Amino acid sequence: MHYRSTSYTIFSIFNYLLIAVLSLLCILPMIHIFAVSLSSKAAATANIVNFWPVELTFAAYKETLGNENFLRALMIGVQRTLMGTAFSMSVVLMAAYSLSKSDLRFRGRNIYAWFFVFMMLFNGGLIPTYLVVSSTGIYDTIWALIIPSAVNVWNMILLLNFFRNLPSELEEASLIDGAGHFRTFFLIYLPVSMPAVATMTLFTLVFHWNSWFDGIIYLTKMDKYPLASFLHTIVVKENFSEVGVDVTRLAEISNRTVKSSQIFIGALPILLVYPFLQKYFVKGIVLGSVKE
Amino acid sequence: MAATQPAEDLDASLTRNFPPKRRRFATYIQRTWPLHVLLLPAVIIALIYSYVPMLGIVIAFQDYVPWLGIRESEWVGLDHFRYLFTYPDAKQVIFNTLIISSMKIVLHMIVPVVFALLLNEVRLSWFKRSAQTLVYLPHFLSWVVLGGIFVDILSIRGGIVNRFLSMFGIDPIFFLANGDWFRATIVLSDIWKDFGFSAIIFLAALAGVNPALYEAAEIDGANRWKQVIHITLPSITPIFIVVVTLSLGRVLDAGFDQIFNMYNPLVYAKGDIIDTFVYRIGLLGAQFSFATAVGLFKSVIGFILIVISYRMAYKWANYRIF
Repeated sequence: MHYRSTSYTIFSIFNYLLIAVLSLLCILPMIHIFAVSLSSKAAATANIVNFWPVELTFAAYKETLGNENFLRALMIGVQRTLMGTAFSMSVVLMAAYSLSKSDLRFRGRNIYAWFFVFMMLFNGGLIPTYLVVSSTGIYDTIWALIIPSAVNVWNMILLLNFFRNLPSELEEASLIDGAGHFRTFFLIYLPVSMPAVATMTLFTLVFHWNSWFDGIIYLTKMDKYPLASFLHTIVVKENFSEVGVDVTRLAEISNRTVKSSQIFIGALPILLVYPFLQKYFVKGIVLGSVKE
Repeated sequence: MAATQPAEDLDASLTRNFPPKRRRFATYIQRTWPLHVLLLPAVIIALIYSYVPMLGIVIAFQDYVPWLGIRESEWVGLDHFRYLFTYPDAKQVIFNTLIISSMKIVLHMIVPVVFALLLNEVRLSWFKRSAQTLVYLPHFLSWVVLGGIFVDILSIRGGIVNRFLSMFGIDPIFFLANGDWFRATIVLSDIWKDFGFSAIIFLAALAGVNPALYEAAEIDGANRWKQVIHITLPSITPIFIVVVTLSLGRVLDAGFDQIFNMYNPLVYAKGDIIDTFVYRIGLLGAQFSFATAVGLFKSVIGFILIVISYRMAYKWANYRIF
């Protein structure tokens, strides 16, 4: 009825337009950078590139992918992401299983729970954390990027809420049949929780790929940096001399197109997993909010 | 029905059958040791990398010298805190943090809700889904990547934004080099990144509204506007209260990742926040104790605010984290 009223139709037209404009605004900056990275140096310096490459060329990508420092950072970024995600997910899943037991069945559970929640509310701050990491032997190694951030309390809470909402008959049956907690966890809980585990894994992958600050403070040399830290140093700080980009070559290939190609490659893995992410993250957010 | 009896009761009754205390402790260990073992890795990592740094806070009350260590360094009491409140730069930094984060909080309060309400009026499902796909995307990109993009598109020498503005005769704007524009840019780009993602929770609440309510209202003669006022808005009020109260707890977080990737010495006066200040004086300037004191000031206020906001969210909207 009201859908046919004139005022509602006018509102609808404006509404569709507004949402279309807002949605486009969210990706136009990325499209622009991609277009610049595929344009010629002349077009980029003349500032005539908008959302479509001008004088299409792959020179910038050749330069970026031929830069061994960039490739090394890319490989370290992949390594850090995979190792960090596997490590963090294992630690968090095991803890979440134990915490999903009620305090009646697992006395002491509430003490553990508060131990972790307090971490979420209070922290020692940047300097004391830095001093601890730098004195525990993992300083200046890839482990400094993996271990200190492994206990993600938020993921832990989402997973424990998920475990708690599984039918308790599952666990009872398993324990009565003689399986211990380890077997119940690995053979019963993990397989039936795959959607939740997948969601958390994707979030953790994105977190690790995007993390850059820990690399900058815990690693001393640029040749150990993962891609995100490397990008911060060259793209944001414009610290070209340190990265070993040949300055004479830069004259041939526009600094701006190379930079754009590096930014785009830095964003590419996220764009690739985004369709999977989108499938799961709505579920992932609702996951934590359903409580009994 | 024995089969559906809750496991708690079963276990509690089993434990009750062993009255002697020592036996009871043995049973407890026997029944629960795997659970403790599964928690062990997380507990060890948390102890070392979260709780030991909390003890490290004592250096805020010292004149910490790395080669002397905590035991040998001189104690100076509250000197660093006194300095913090008299040092003009520090006051400016606290002010910057508050102004930037409160502008962010206010906009994050309004934009996602309005966007969710507008998107809720869209009937074409393919249009709705495509819009969602596009607006959620920036949330997942890091500020390193987005900082690089913004520095490029906001440049005064031919950045695409200034080129667009010049079509309307507007002179190039120093978005990242002028302090006031810098604050506006930080706030707006932060909203740009997250408004879509923040709208998800409201869209979920809107999807849960019983359609029968709208049908009934329509039969009673309510137009769409009236339906929004009397059905849609009340249905998202609880989640709105939760989101707002929880965001108040983060008033000292003005967004380190974002500002650190976008600021430069030209805008330190108006764009420097507590976290970037701590990084510069602490790690670059090696004033460990003063930086720790500033960080501690932030952590303590932040802790109090978060606890208050969780309590309010619990009281007003029955929200709890687990």
